[in-house]
Amino acid sequence: MNRSEVLERFNPQKDNLLGILHGLQNGNPNNYLTESDLKAVAEYLNITFSHVFGVVTYYTMFSLKQRGKYIIRICNSPVCNMKRSLSLADEIRDLLGIGVGETTGDMLFTLEYTECLGRCDVAPSIMVAEDVYGNVTRKSLASIIKKYK
Amino acid sequence: MKIRRGGIRMSNKTCLICQGTGCVSAGSREIHASLEKEIEQLGLSKDVKVKRTGCHGFCEQGPLVVVEPEGLFYAGVKVDDVPDIARSLSPQGEPLEEKPLYHDSATGNPITHYHDISFYNKQQRTVLQNCGNIDPEEIGDYLATGGYQSLRKALFEMSPGQIVDEVKRSGLRGLGGAGFPTWIKWEACQRAPGDEKYVICNADEGDPGAFQDRSILEGDPHSVLKGMIIAGYAIGARKGYVYVRAEYPLAIKRLEIAIDQARKKGFIGKSILDSNFSFDIEIFQGAGAFVCGEETALLASIEGKRGMPRPRPPFPAQSGLWGKPTLISNVKTYANIRWIVNKGADWFAGIGTEGCKGTAIFSLTGKIANSGIVEVPMGITLREIIYGIGGGIPGGKPFKAVQTGGPSGGCLPAELLDTPVDFDSLKAAGSMMGSGGMVVVDEDTCIVDLARYFVDFATKESCGECAPCRLGTNQMLDILNDIVEGKGEMEDIDILESLGMGIKKGSLCGLGQTAPNPVLTTLKYFREEYEEHIIEKKCRAKVCKDLIHFIIMPDRCTGCHICTKVCPVNAISGDPKQIHEIDQELCIKCGLCFEKCPPKFGAIEKNYGSKVMED
Ligand SMILES: Cc1cc2nc3c(=O)[nH]c(=O)nc-3n(C[C@H](O)[C@H](O)[C@H](O)COP(=O)(O)O)c2cc1C
Ligand code: FES
Repeated sequence: MNRSEVLERFNPQKDNLLGILHGLQNGNPNNYLTESDLKAVAEYLNITFSHVFGVVTYYTMFSLKQRGKYIIRICNSPVCNMKRSLSLADEIRDLLGIGVGETTGDMLFTLEYTECLGRCDVAPSIMVAEDVYGNVTRKSLASIIKKYK
Repeated sequence: MKIRRGGIRMSNKTCLICQGTGCVSAGSREIHASLEKEIEQLGLSKDVKVKRTGCHGFCEQGPLVVVEPEGLFYAGVKVDDVPDIARSLSPQGEPLEEKPLYHDSATGNPITHYHDISFYNKQQRTVLQNCGNIDPEEIGDYLATGGYQSLRKALFEMSPGQIVDEVKRSGLRGLGGAGFPTWIKWEACQRAPGDEKYVICNADEGDPGAFQDRSILEGDPHSVLKGMIIAGYAIGARKGYVYVRAEYPLAIKRLEIAIDQARKKGFIGKSILDSNFSFDIEIFQGAGAFVCGEETALLASIEGKRGMPRPRPPFPAQSGLWGKPTLISNVKTYANIRWIVNKGADWFAGIGTEGCKGTAIFSLTGKIANSGIVEVPMGITLREIIYGIGGGIPGGKPFKAVQTGGPSGGCLPAELLDTPVDFDSLKAAGSMMGSGGMVVVDEDTCIVDLARYFVDFATKESCGECAPCRLGTNQMLDILNDIVEGKGEMEDIDILESLGMGIKKGSLCGLGQTAPNPVLTTLKYFREEYEEHIIEKKCRAKVCKDLIHFIIMPDRCTGCHICTKVCPVNAISGDPKQIHEIDQELCIKCGLCFEKCPPKFGAIEKNYGSKVMED
């Protein structure tokens, strides 16, 4: 979806700001918001650029930096940590050669940590794009990642 | 539909296959497809219905298959088990006796019926009644359970005033954490002048270790929507929002479907059920900010601002969304309304304790045999939940602490296991009910490190508006970091205590006001662990990296080379078949070698002290 298609789906009301930003970011193959996105949103909602910038930088899910097509989020909260989710970052380094905060050369994956994903009963848990996986092991991790390649 | 066969009346069977996140990740989609195929091949499609449902709450045992009306319970089902299950469903079939049955965590014995499983039979599933028994994407299923009847009753048999009165008499207290009496908000909103009012459901569930709100939204979304519609009628609102965190895509999808279906049936929209009451509901997706669960921050977030809290009063009921009277409650609070309207306040008030009515819903996780979603009457003890329902600590290890209330709560020790679970008792013990996380830890968890985690969480999630929270939590974190690194001093404990009290008193919103709780409760109940870190430089759980080291025991090492391969910093040397050695200077103490050394060798030891002691 390009920018004007995203904007068209929303009325120009302020309570649509987060929805529009989600739409634009999801529509961008590199999962981020550009400066001209922010300007266009400000104009569309008749608010200042600095307001939009302030909102984008406040919420952790928005990015002003290019990221991979798929974000891999490893849960970094206590229950997953008890079940060793931290070593999942090492496993991903082995598989994809990226550390936390880094993006693969083909711009396919970015690795991030996240707080609890609410799947603690099947810890350790990760999220890839919009899909959540539980009971992640080294073996299942490889097959999960394969699905997105 | 009943069918007759050979003169005996037989009920149709229904196979319920859980499609909650936990079961799906364990392969329940494949089980569903293969069971449908088997049943068709056996010619049983007419007699056996296969149904997808929301979460049964016992995710750890997934994939789960339940056969009704008998109530048979199959756990950890594999695709290989499916032919046996399918055959057992034929009219001559017998329930399976061994493999995919659930085995009791204490006795190891197989159990056939779910109502004999202690995880379920000690619970009182009211709000969760439909979760796992209906297809959440089919409004017909919900209607078959009597759903939306209470809406009809509310709209046509009760006045808004009567509804508020019923909520008041029920004694329902908000389940978002603080336990504030729900009726006070309803009455304030109802009495507020004007006809532009809002109803908001807080589904921002961000407490680490809590996922009960997600399970309800995924398993029974209509029960929440209905509570909101009734609330809208009672306070005179026409618009509702469900604020869901973006990390819950399945909950969002199920809500979208539910709202759409309810609209088509005339439960949401203009002139609901041909009455003169109109009400619409919209989903609002968060964007990854924990503090947006705080009600005034949530309002700012919907209004398209940075989600920062503001001082109260004015309370949202007086001046909320766009400055209009607004009712904000938690997912579980709305899910309870159905029962209060349907069965009456007296029935509801009959559950629970003197001051806390109804049920409490927890996400039971951590070092516990049965983890999952648990619903119990208010007032049962922590022990009953952890040992009765949860089956205790796996491997018979001793219990160390239970963390309730996430970053606003605290850690309670074994001596307090007989504390009743309700808002007031947990608060008196220094913890909090919170939104429902209950994390059990054993001796492998370092209490100081756990408290440090929650303070770290608070520093990251603090919106930065008020100084006590922004600066104070960072100060606490620095001190805690020193302690876990073995650089702490005894006076740090006093500083932590006085800082903590100051932050609690001086912060603007609930985040700062409760952020020190995990440290203050652990200082109260586990002080000797802090002192050990400081004086002896010892972490008894062997978690704090600066206070431990790893060594390879020469007599047990076979030189299998597994550890050398997993070591991320190449700190392990040794030729194949030769005894290996860890270079302590290079070692970053990640523990991978310890984890990966095959248990039959168990050649790597984790020891106290930052370095190998020379003797
Ligand atoms: C930092 C912070 C986070 C919160 N997160 C949530 C949450 O995720 N869900 C929730 O229902 N209430 C949360 N609350 C409590 C809300 O401010 C509010 O009290 C609650 O939604 C009221 O609902 P109730 O009356 O049903 O309890 C949070 C409060 C604070 C201070
Ligand atoms: S702690 Fe990882 S999903 Fe909750």
